[in-house]
Amino acid sequence: MFFYLRRIILLFITVALVSVITFAVFQVLPGDPIRTMLGTEADETQIENLRSELGLDRPLYEQYFTWIKGLFTGDLGNSIRFSMPVSTLLMERLPVTLSVASIALLIVLLVALPLGIFAARRKNKASDVVLSSVTQLGMAVPSFWLGMIFILYIGMNVDFFRINGYIPWTESIQGALSTLLLPALTIAIPQVAVKFRYVRTSILEQVQLDYVRTIRSKGLPEKIVVYKHILKNAMIPILTIFGLITAEIVAGTIIVEQVFALPGIGQLLITSISNRDFPLVQGIVMYITVAVVCINFLVDILYSVVDPRIRLR
Amino acid sequence: MLKRKCWLSFVLVCVLFLIGACSNSEGDNSSTAMSGDTNGQSSSQAQEIRVRINDDPDFLDPHHATASISFQMILNMFEGLFIPKQDGSLTEGVAESYEVSDDGLTYTFKIREGITFHNGEDLTIDDIMYTFERLMGLAGGEKLSNNFDNVDSIDTLDDTTFVMTLKEPNSNFLYSLTALQSAIIPKSNDGKHNENPIGTGPFAFVNYSPGSSLELKKHEGYWQEGLPYLEKVNFIFQSDDQAAVMNLLANEVNLTGIPGHRVSEVEGNYNVSHQNNNSSLIITFNGDKEPFNDVKVRQAINYAINKQDIIDSVFSGYATPIGSNMSPAMGDYYLDGLQEVYNRDVEKAKELLAEAGYPNGFSTKITVSSHNDIYSSIAQIAVENLKEIGIDVEIEVVEWGIWLERVYSGRDYEMTTIDLTGRPSAYEVLNNYISENDAENFFLFDNEEFDQVMSDVLLESNRDKQIEYYQRAQEILNEQVPAVYIADYQILWGSTNNITGLKSYPFWFHDMKEVKFE
Amino acid sequence: MQKHKKNINLLLGSGILLAFIGILIVSFFYTPYDVNSMDIPNKLKEPSTTHIFGTDEFGRDIFSRILKGSQTAFLVGILTIAIGGFFGVLIGGIAGYAGGWLDEVFMRIMDALMAFPGIILALMLVAVFGPGIINTSIALGIIAVPSIARVTRSGFVQQKEAEYVTAAKLIGVKNYKIMFKHILPNISSQIIVALSIAFAIAMLAEAALSYLGLGVQPPDPSWGRMLKDAQSYLINSPWYTYAPGGAITLLVLGLYLLSNALRDLMDPRSK
Repeated sequence: MFFYLRRIILLFITVALVSVITFAVFQVLPGDPIRTMLGTEADETQIENLRSELGLDRPLYEQYFTWIKGLFTGDLGNSIRFSMPVSTLLMERLPVTLSVASIALLIVLLVALPLGIFAARRKNKASDVVLSSVTQLGMAVPSFWLGMIFILYIGMNVDFFRINGYIPWTESIQGALSTLLLPALTIAIPQVAVKFRYVRTSILEQVQLDYVRTIRSKGLPEKIVVYKHILKNAMIPILTIFGLITAEIVAGTIIVEQVFALPGIGQLLITSISNRDFPLVQGIVMYITVAVVCINFLVDILYSVVDPRIRLR
Repeated sequence: MLKRKCWLSFVLVCVLFLIGACSNSEGDNSSTAMSGDTNGQSSSQAQEIRVRINDDPDFLDPHHATASISFQMILNMFEGLFIPKQDGSLTEGVAESYEVSDDGLTYTFKIREGITFHNGEDLTIDDIMYTFERLMGLAGGEKLSNNFDNVDSIDTLDDTTFVMTLKEPNSNFLYSLTALQSAIIPKSNDGKHNENPIGTGPFAFVNYSPGSSLELKKHEGYWQEGLPYLEKVNFIFQSDDQAAVMNLLANEVNLTGIPGHRVSEVEGNYNVSHQNNNSSLIITFNGDKEPFNDVKVRQAINYAINKQDIIDSVFSGYATPIGSNMSPAMGDYYLDGLQEVYNRDVEKAKELLAEAGYPNGFSTKITVSSHNDIYSSIAQIAVENLKEIGIDVEIEVVEWGIWLERVYSGRDYEMTTIDLTGRPSAYEVLNNYISENDAENFFLFDNEEFDQVMSDVLLESNRDKQIEYYQRAQEILNEQVPAVYIADYQILWGSTNNITGLKSYPFWFHDMKEVKFE
Repeated sequence: MQKHKKNINLLLGSGILLAFIGILIVSFFYTPYDVNSMDIPNKLKEPSTTHIFGTDEFGRDIFSRILKGSQTAFLVGILTIAIGGFFGVLIGGIAGYAGGWLDEVFMRIMDALMAFPGIILALMLVAVFGPGIINTSIALGIIAVPSIARVTRSGFVQQKEAEYVTAAKLIGVKNYKIMFKHILPNISSQIIVALSIAFAIAMLAEAALSYLGLGVQPPDPSWGRMLKDAQSYLINSPWYTYAPGGAITLLVLGLYLLSNALRDLMDPRSK
């Protein structure tokens, strides 16, 4: 019980710290949202009007507490740039980012898992070595370049793909896939390398344990040993790592949405940072970080349910 | 037991992800619509155009909007008493005719009858009064514009006659009566001008999805018979030029601005039209700081900079050299020949620098914005050019917001480069350099003769004489070099071949009124 | 067989890294052309015998800029791991060695920092500090702190119960001396692995920041910036992206291979 209580308290502390960091960073940020929005054509009257309208002339602590209060009631304030509630904007963009991220995660799972098992079974044979070098290469390529290459050589040549924009699932499933597959692949490729390695190591660790030796000595076929016994136990650390890569996949979407012009949260974040649209940036950053923290928390809890020894650590 | 839990939790995580993805995609449908089965063919039948724009509008409320990118779109929804024409002159819009009193103080406007707003209401004199009261802050709200500070009073004589009285004569006054500065909006829509903008223009507002698109539809009751031709206009926001060109190639947009170096990719299959956009691309100095307060230093830099290299490299040749802050797009007002004065001459530059007391040059810094790569590209060429005359320049790249704050309004800089966007009025093209124009004179240019010329021209009602004044002003800018004038770069419009009726203006405006698919 | 594979990683990794260090040294003394001198009539020329990687949009020699760009790459990488390493080891060391509330406080802050996807934090920090080589390195250094701190902390937690530490304590060696003179060398290999990964991540993050228009700014030749610039000419001059993209990919690959090889060497189970 104490374990869960402690985890929950830690969760809240982390979220509180995240909110302070987020808010603080944007207070020291040079650059004026109003001027950025109105450009060189603005006159001073318009600038001052807008500033007081948005409450940007109030003291800092007051702005912080208004913001925090809003967080609890689900009101993230209004975007300066778009004059609309931040939550509306978030909700509009969320499906895009979630879709890309889920597909990317699926790709990572579908590729890294079998590859990892394969490599573990053929430990240190040529195919294992080649696989790990090739996947490393995927990790080393700057993702926006990879995305551009995909657009150039696949997106523009294969009719199925649409190289930018987003078609909602509700409109056409095929359409949605045609806009989402390439970006998801771009995000997934560097992740495959890390997770593949992790799967491989986890399985190899299991192999060295006594129970495997026992089973093997009973003369069970190798396939059954691997799939039935080793894999099930290796699942625990694998589960954790898939929890952890959510943060990386979310980060991946930020760059990749730019490349593929997907109207998701990442794209919104980039424009709102350069617009100095503080309420919007804070809202997005809070949303992303809280999501990441919560997923990690969930994975932690699941992990401990699966393996009670964890709680003692 | 352990194994089962493990599988269970694994499945749980997967399900969680799927639920997340599905439930949220159901919640969405209308707004993120960058979509549809549109390709060139079907949109041509539907008379629906998809136009790519670099960025979102700042406001849809025309009285709050200031960014030129906003007007590029919203001028399709709004009209003023006057409408700017392609050559920079004005024509009557909501006002059918007007008279100016002999002392130049009283303007009497006859309001055109039979104009309806997008919501079907007839335009009345009350809406005109409401518009100007709102702009001038007379109706209780805050003043929304400084353009009417010179207006003493506004009044109505009867149901179709509107009168404005000025404090001082101003020959440029009519230019503040276009939709750029005073779009006519209905009183009945008070408080909702930004959420649901209503005007009298050829297109009516349908939907705005931030970061994604602005949709307009035909205004059926538009007062100009037979116009517009298009049923729908969809402005799609897309900041990346690269993606925009690909969009055009994939027929996902019908019209987009394209960078000069991409022209060869679309030429042939697509129409490429050039438009002098009446902007002036400049490298400028802080006129208050040494050594830039010395005109010889400024001239030396002007001789040193290779404008043709900038035009060739940054704009792939698609730019018109200029010699002062005015582009040939301004027609009669433009003084030709000034662009030849500072042809590259390194020796002369060195001489001038020596005369100014800097035979060995000096060190300085050029601060440029990162929001468009052209600025850092220009800076890189300038740095190489100035190295040849001994001036050592460091490039500092800052974000657009910081540039505006520090350079444009804070004037804390030594050199910078920027493009000044075009406006329909010659006066407003040049008034940045008036020493008392605190808001815009970030060069800190202070020249008595220039100020005098610019105040005289406001009192002059004869157009030919006005032109003389404006041309003298250009000569002064050319002699005094408050900035190195490089070029009016052309905006290149790539469009699908079946589009006709595109018009270009001396300011940013995607006029859709007469556009149609053939 | 086992040994064979480790050697491949180690050989490849250190070979690549050494090659880049070679390029770095050469670039201080020799580049075929001046890196900044422009020749606009000859812009965007395909690779040829005169310009083996072609010329960029200003007619500058891409090969020379790739050579010179190695200086930027190593400067950013080394500054990043210096900053990240210094604060990471300090924070992780204190947290691991002292334990208790200090550990809690430091690690909670690290958790909070790690909750931000790296690129978001980098964007926020570069927005605060402004772009440029030094500022970018500081931002990337800060991002590297939490992971290095974690590795260091777990090293210290493991080592602090070791006999040599207890012995040192008994004879009255000062705490900071135990931490940095006795424990640190024992866990240095773990830290080196973490640092080389941080170096690799810094390279990729710099490229990503450059893509977004931040990061290293001209005229300093930086691979990330070059790749971003090349991007606008992708359709007509795809070869332009190959040199900077390839340079980044290779260096990052070398660093990853090396860190993997080191990790395998250290792992007692694989011996």
